[in-house]
Amino acid sequence: MGQTIAFYVLAAFILGFAIMVVTTKDTVHSVLFLVVDFLFVAALYVLLGAQFLAAIQVLVYAGGIVVLYLFVVMLVNLKRPPEEYRDPRRRSVLGFALSAAVLLELGVIAFWSQSNPAPALAAAGTSAAMPVTGNTEQVGWLLYTSYLIPFEIASMLLLVAMIGAIVLAKREL
Amino acid sequence: MIDSFVIPLLKIVIVLNATLVGVTYMVLLERKVIAWAQSRLGPMRVGPYGILQPIADAVKLMLKEDITPTRADKWVFTAAPIISMVPALIVYAVIPFGDKVHLFGRDISLFITDINVGLLYIVSVASVGVYGIILAGYASNSKFPLLASLRASAQLISYEVAVTLTLVSVIMMAGTLSMVGIVRAQQAGHMWFGFVQPFAFAIFFIGGLAETNRAPFDLPEAEQELTGGFHTEYSGMRFALFFLAEYANMIVVSSVATTLFLGGWLPPFPNVSWLSFFGIIPGWMWFLIKSFIFLYVFIWVRATLPRYRYDQLMRLGWKVLIPLAILNLVVTGFVKLALL
Repeated sequence: MGQTIAFYVLAAFILGFAIMVVTTKDTVHSVLFLVVDFLFVAALYVLLGAQFLAAIQVLVYAGGIVVLYLFVVMLVNLKRPPEEYRDPRRRSVLGFALSAAVLLELGVIAFWSQSNPAPALAAAGTSAAMPVTGNTEQVGWLLYTSYLIPFEIASMLLLVAMIGAIVLAKREL
Repeated sequence: MIDSFVIPLLKIVIVLNATLVGVTYMVLLERKVIAWAQSRLGPMRVGPYGILQPIADAVKLMLKEDITPTRADKWVFTAAPIISMVPALIVYAVIPFGDKVHLFGRDISLFITDINVGLLYIVSVASVGVYGIILAGYASNSKFPLLASLRASAQLISYEVAVTLTLVSVIMMAGTLSMVGIVRAQQAGHMWFGFVQPFAFAIFFIGGLAETNRAPFDLPEAEQELTGGFHTEYSGMRFALFFLAEYANMIVVSSVATTLFLGGWLPPFPNVSWLSFFGIIPGWMWFLIKSFIFLYVFIWVRATLPRYRYDQLMRLGWKVLIPLAILNLVVTGFVKLALL
């Protein structure tokens, strides 16, 4: 009961701040609302008992990525609107269409995964089946056993992105 | 009721108050030590040998006029000092000041909480603290604070990478992220991690100096180039909050270094029976003594070393500390694998 109430309160805050992010005029304020939003998402992870994920959420998103956003916003002075900002109506239609598509996709995935839980998780069953205890250890164990290949592919992607960034930034090395 | 609510609340109150008093007296200690390094006396007028100086300073700062520049971004300008102060204080929730003590018929552990992801919690909360500095510079709507805050954020992001990488090698040694677990692992391993991981220790300390904006990495507040740095436009209590946050962060870095590398609350040689007389001094005293040594070194470094130039600072971070930290991590991994 308490958990359900906490979830709905947190969800309301997350949605509220998400709306503030896209409606605020001042770009820096909008980035700040994004930070608060990420912190509430971290609180949601804590509610689910995923402390490791919560700490990573704060460290990587709230503390790392958004600092870079803020950097960019402060460096490119966004006080005046960009010149190529021509037809706001058409853009908003496109935006709504894209958001609706993403929402539909998420909904389909949510319904589908409820009837077909991930095979590895189903095999592992509850945390009792794992040889390790503790949230961090369990995440690590799953990553290095059932989800090893997706994990490696994700790290390859990051490596490729990093090399690409270096090549773009340092043309004449 | 008492165990789950009253005692944690009491601990929080005590830790917060002790921290704030400790912070104000850190300022006095710094002024005194730097004065001695320069053959001066330091503050001498308020109370005997100036020991009431921090209280006088606090009263003065609270009574001063609180100015907000007219063209400043009001909300962000007000929020920035709070954003810098809060992370510096909530980190103390997971720092283990000592083992259990027996008081009034109860076993009381000398830490507020011991969570499974303790070290990660400290790193992530500290990473949020950067916002205070960036936003203070932005909201002031003035060129010097803006330049200072850009410098500060670049510096913090760069050194965070090196510091976090050294923490990973400590986690590999201890096999846990819990702060209490790390101290216990040092007792079980018969060795403080500072001796097993000297490179990690050195990189952590240098990175700690940079992350708290202390000399020789205090570029964000270089007086000669940037007047006062990111807090140029702040006055009164809001300025004091930035100041308190900086010193609270110094205490955090010292406490974390003590826990990770110098055995936390453990006395020297805790497992050698004929040296057990070190145990007469209680664990929390050992913790305070070790942290105090770090704080003293912080001040000592400030009195000794000149400030880095900005490009030198970036070169040191990216081309020396981060590669060294990665190398240290790889070597630690191979050694652990060989010992398994």
